[in-house]
Amino acid sequence: MSTEITISNVSRGFNGHTVLDNVNLTVRDGELLALLGPSGSGKTTLLRLIAGLDQPDSGSIAIGGTEATQAHPAARGVGFVFQHYALFRHMNVFENIAFPLRIRKTPKAEVNVKVTELLKLIQLETLAGRYPAQLSGGQRQRVALARALASQPRVLLLDEPFGALDAVVRRDLRRWLRQLHEEMHITTIFVTHDQEEAFDLADRIVIMNGGKICQQGAPIDIYQHPADVFVHEFLGESNHITGHAAGGIIFADAGFPVAEAANAPDGPAEIYVRPHHVLLRPRSNGGTGWVINRISATGAHARISVANASTTLEASMTVDALLASGLTDHMPVDITFAGGTVFPTADSQPLKLQVLKPRLAV
Amino acid sequence: MSASLTVPAVGAKRGFTWRPASVLPGFRTSLTITLLWLGIIVLGPLAVMLWFTAGMGWEAFLGTITTPRVLADLWISLRSALYASLANAVFGLLVAWVLTRYNFPGRRIADALVDLPFALPTAVAGIALSTLYAPDGWIGALLVPFGLQVAFQPAGIVVAMMFISLPFIVRTVQPVIEDLEPEQEEAAHLMGASALAIFIRISLPAILPALLTGFALAFARCLGEYGSIIFIAGNRPMVSEIVPVLIVQELDQFDYQGATAIGVLMLAVSFLLLLAINLLQAWVRKRHGG
Amino acid sequence: MAGNAAGKSAGRIALITIALLFMVLFLLLPLIVVFAQALSSGFEAYFSSIADPNVQSAIWMTLIIAAVAVPANLAFGIAASWCIGRFEFTGRNLLITLIDLPFSISPVIAGLLEVLLFGLNGLLGGWLSAHNYQIIFALPGMILATIFVTFPFVAREVIPLVQEQGNEEEEAAVTLGANFWQIFWRISLPKIRWGLLYGVLLCNARAMGEFGAVSVVSGKVFGETDTLSLAVESLYGSYETQAAFAVASLLALLALVTLVAKATVEFFLRDEMNAVKRKRTV
Repeated sequence: MSTEITISNVSRGFNGHTVLDNVNLTVRDGELLALLGPSGSGKTTLLRLIAGLDQPDSGSIAIGGTEATQAHPAARGVGFVFQHYALFRHMNVFENIAFPLRIRKTPKAEVNVKVTELLKLIQLETLAGRYPAQLSGGQRQRVALARALASQPRVLLLDEPFGALDAVVRRDLRRWLRQLHEEMHITTIFVTHDQEEAFDLADRIVIMNGGKICQQGAPIDIYQHPADVFVHEFLGESNHITGHAAGGIIFADAGFPVAEAANAPDGPAEIYVRPHHVLLRPRSNGGTGWVINRISATGAHARISVANASTTLEASMTVDALLASGLTDHMPVDITFAGGTVFPTADSQPLKLQVLKPRLAV
Repeated sequence: MSASLTVPAVGAKRGFTWRPASVLPGFRTSLTITLLWLGIIVLGPLAVMLWFTAGMGWEAFLGTITTPRVLADLWISLRSALYASLANAVFGLLVAWVLTRYNFPGRRIADALVDLPFALPTAVAGIALSTLYAPDGWIGALLVPFGLQVAFQPAGIVVAMMFISLPFIVRTVQPVIEDLEPEQEEAAHLMGASALAIFIRISLPAILPALLTGFALAFARCLGEYGSIIFIAGNRPMVSEIVPVLIVQELDQFDYQGATAIGVLMLAVSFLLLLAINLLQAWVRKRHGG
Repeated sequence: MAGNAAGKSAGRIALITIALLFMVLFLLLPLIVVFAQALSSGFEAYFSSIADPNVQSAIWMTLIIAAVAVPANLAFGIAASWCIGRFEFTGRNLLITLIDLPFSISPVIAGLLEVLLFGLNGLLGGWLSAHNYQIIFALPGMILATIFVTFPFVAREVIPLVQEQGNEEEEAAVTLGANFWQIFWRISLPKIRWGLLYGVLLCNARAMGEFGAVSVVSGKVFGETDTLSLAVESLYGSYETQAAFAVASLLALLALVTLVAKATVEFFLRDEMNAVKRKRTV
């Protein structure tokens, strides 16, 4: 049975404040989808609307081809994992997971079998008698997931599933969830503000901002081709250079040429270059006065801050590459941009993506 | 370099995204029960009382509440409540401070004892206090050599009011003292401020709003108190008679109109106090940005 | 530095001494005098005072009034905390203020209200006397007056607790398919049990000890319509001081039990509130 979710023209406001603005989205059967956006972007509201915890002001939601906009949450076949897990604090792990079965008057023997199965799935067989307060964050998360799965949902919804966990637990749990999804293939939507989490876990990412969807697609496509400045900035650090295009070449306002972009119309241009696209090497001769400010190596990667009279840029490379290059603090360097994105800003038109061709900046 | 991450902390958003959980059942039923019960028990009877008063006419109403006895009793009630609340503002603050800040044997018992006036029926408090403060009582006998008499005198009213209203001040002030940041006091201490200066300049301003609220609550409670006072006051009209006693006397003589008019007068005073408390709390919330 | 510390601790000891002295004088002595006076003529006199049939009837009256008033306000508190604590609607704050109203109204006025409604010259008085229903100067009026003065007790303890705990667990139960009663019995009630118990304790203490409101509407017939508090007044007024204090000692014991129970419940309640706060800060 298909569990495709279709969200059509959905809007929702609170106290005159628009939180979701005419959102359209289709979630495919068996997909693992991330709703990614900063806080206040409407992603959690959208998730709650899909779960039926809230109703849209306008628009409709269909699950598996059936209209579900006004349907009761329990009738939607949806499992919801809350950000803070919402485990029943006065019930132990076993009873928490058994709850959806018990309220359906499932026979006792069957409850035991199913709960034991789920406990095995979340690898917490030995902690069945513990209360939520006695569990670690990661364990609570898994219990919440098992409880949601116990009612055999067609769709699994997770609100900031790793938000309250520390980094190591977060990574492990992510892998485990990915594996679980590969085994069960339940259509899953999770909300996150962490782009790394979304990229690591999701088949497809939907980026939201200000109650609207800015872009959706496979992680790699989104990273390579951000639809607008917001998405580009949201997905990771970048150097922002204000400049202009003239005759297919982009210049920084500070004067140095940045790159070739044959399709860029003449006029102002906002240039975004990720740190790893800023390539450095010791200065050969002449040059425009770029000097390394500071090199800081953290683990496998090094960050290098370079500046000339008017501009400071961040570059990054592997520590191995840094050692091979022979770059040191206060060394004069030459810069090349290996890639980047230009958004023409003339006439405040919608921003359009253009790929830079690398060009040596002297 | 434009740092790209504009993501605030996760925890920050919870406060203001709280919104009606329309998905939870039972709203209409529980609201209906609440309003119905509130109407039957509280609002309905109050409306009847106001309607009763309206039927009296303005002149009769004014005439009833401006007799010398009513005015004298009102003055006694207000004055005693003021003295008692002021005394408790001092002693209540002291008790709250000592119970919160210092550790000493029996502190937990002393803390539990603060609630005694909440738990002890007022009639019991009344006869206990009047026995204690009678000229031959444990405390009264000690006061006789100084020519002081408390029981069956206006001073008795103040003592009874102090007893019943003490927890209001202590319990309002205590959480605020608990939340005071010791760092501020320590900083002032390092700058060479004396203990008294630290208390007056640093701690007291932070406690003051709660102290005022506690004062208003205590005052309101004192004004309405009946049970504990009648045993100790002597209830002499225009000397040691409080307004609630007067209302009861009017009722005993089946003077419903008189009782009601005085009751409405008391209600008006109480509501003014309630308003003051709410304004105080709004002011505190604004100041502390809660 | 040593002198400073000594001065500091001397000041501390002085403050503690004054505070404790004040508490002994104002709180402890009244309590002690009750038991001292009750036992002033020995245990035999004490027990015979309590065994007096009129006192026995007052105990019954007190228990009956509390047995009606407390559950009534418990039910109200639960209903009010459900709608006010779990939903946001206009007028919510006004509703909270109105529920708190009886706290700022003199108990004597509470009694007066019942008289105006049900008394002989009251709104329903004519109809009631025509049908031979006795409300004022009888048990029903005393119960109503008690419900009035104890009205906010449970609600005002539970509403903030519900607001603090939030709706997530209930929402989770909804998504898992639970209906109203399943949510209420299995999720919500266990969450607020300590808050409810706390409110019930306070409500019960006030209901059993109420004097002013009940005094206005009671028939004041010792042995018939007297509660324990009213019996204290009757006996004290007829100069049976020892007997009055014997009855008062029962109420004082109730107060002590209430205080101990309250401190115990507070311990659990604080634990629960801390758990909520911990969850927030994770």
